[in-house]
Amino acid sequence: MQFTINGEPIDVTADIRTSVLDLLRNYAGLMGTKKGCDQGACGACTVLVDGERINSCLALAVQYQGRSITTVEGLAKNGDLHPLQNAFIEHDGFQCGYCTPGQLCSAIGMAAEISRGVPSAITPDLAAEQIALTETELRERMSGNLCRCGAYNGIVEAIAETYSGQTAAETKERARA
Amino acid sequence: MNLFTYEKASTPAAAIELSGKSSAPRYLGGGTNLVDLMRETVECPETLIDVTALADGIDQAGDGTLMIGGAVKNTALAADMRVRSAYPVLSRALLSGASAQIRNMATVAGNILQRTRCRYFYDNASHCNKREPGGGCDAIGGFNRYHAVLGASSSCVATHPSDMCVALVALNAVVHVEGPSGRRAIPLAELHRLPGDRADLETELRPRELITAVEIPQLSFGRRSTYRKVRDRASYAFALVSVAAALDIDDAGNIRDVRLALGGVAPRPWRASKAEAALRGQPATEQTFRAAAEAELSSAKALRDNGFKIELAKRTIVAVLNELKGEGA
Repeated sequence: MQFTINGEPIDVTADIRTSVLDLLRNYAGLMGTKKGCDQGACGACTVLVDGERINSCLALAVQYQGRSITTVEGLAKNGDLHPLQNAFIEHDGFQCGYCTPGQLCSAIGMAAEISRGVPSAITPDLAAEQIALTETELRERMSGNLCRCGAYNGIVEAIAETYSGQTAAETKERARA
Repeated sequence: MNLFTYEKASTPAAAIELSGKSSAPRYLGGGTNLVDLMRETVECPETLIDVTALADGIDQAGDGTLMIGGAVKNTALAADMRVRSAYPVLSRALLSGASAQIRNMATVAGNILQRTRCRYFYDNASHCNKREPGGGCDAIGGFNRYHAVLGASSSCVATHPSDMCVALVALNAVVHVEGPSGRRAIPLAELHRLPGDRADLETELRPRELITAVEIPQLSFGRRSTYRKVRDRASYAFALVSVAAALDIDDAGNIRDVRLALGGVAPRPWRASKAEAALRGQPATEQTFRAAAEAELSSAKALRDNGFKIELAKRTIVAVLNELKGEGA
């Protein structure tokens, strides 16, 4: 099975039952993506596939052949942390850190959704083409990522600092970074 | 998880042909429910036929009818501007379901065919008539706070977990399927079966039939519609009770037409026909709304832990209709 992971092509022979999560950890040697519940309930395994966030534990690798996967290891560029990673450090967006790779990838995927105008369940005007990333929007959109330490306030601050109040173009730029 | 073989279909006909070569085929959409059930060995397919490359577009006919491909992702449907403006109830229902990550993976057809989240169904050590016909039901005497108050039977009290289907059934959606003996269309309201004494038979689909599209006929008052989901936490949880509704009020303040459906309370997305009949032609007042809710829930039966759902459903119906009444045309 062939994939592109963090920009690098990879060709693996794996059991047909392998999830994208196990592909990353057991075949690609990338331990950043975490296995929490392994049943789509916690979001710790969130990665980006062609820029969209998914739960890698529920994804059969065989179904994602040829796709481009980005994990937490692929966020820093040339040794510089992604702005969102710096913001997580600045705002204490974690304690134990186990949910952090999923939180980071999820927030980057969320920013791309906002820039595309994807509404949420609590968006007041569904017909609006541009949606502001208010704190309630942010919390609703990040509800698929649990933090057992309860570092939510820091997580929300870090994401808000990175992505709120920006123009759509800027958000798009950072989501692509 | 049992071993399986994997095939990717390029056309519905190819998918159906592939399914004929296996003794236990399953069509694979986003996998968000099926992969989980395979890991628990509740589902043990011999062959997975990936149908995500099939119809993934949303088309609008001249008369306003929407045709939604079976492989359209939940996020894509919720974000479609035609859906958002004409049928807020459908966008809100979709966006109330699961998490953003799961909505990015899950397909429309898979959403319709997802299995109940009854814990006894998931737990292979429990008795479950859905998993093993005649095996008994541990939910009936067990922890059944999340279970059905309408349409259940003495063999099964599980609920259908979808939010999207509750909105679709209110919109008179029609499911298009293709199988070994051709194509046919089934109203969504008739697709899911009530359990009776065969809880294992969940839909009217015949073996190897594939959902290719979902059709939503044009509904002029669809703009005045919404979906409310009541659950144990504010987001990312299945419904205790949910209500999908669309309301059409004439200049005299009487209800010209209404669509109402309930989620979280029944084995299938529950079209509230009794309530609709009690509402049509009546003044749009709280008294009318309450009487309609009472009519719909009059046949409800409580289990040990879920009696609260009956009053909760009534109050949620009233609250949603009041909200739509206040919105104006």
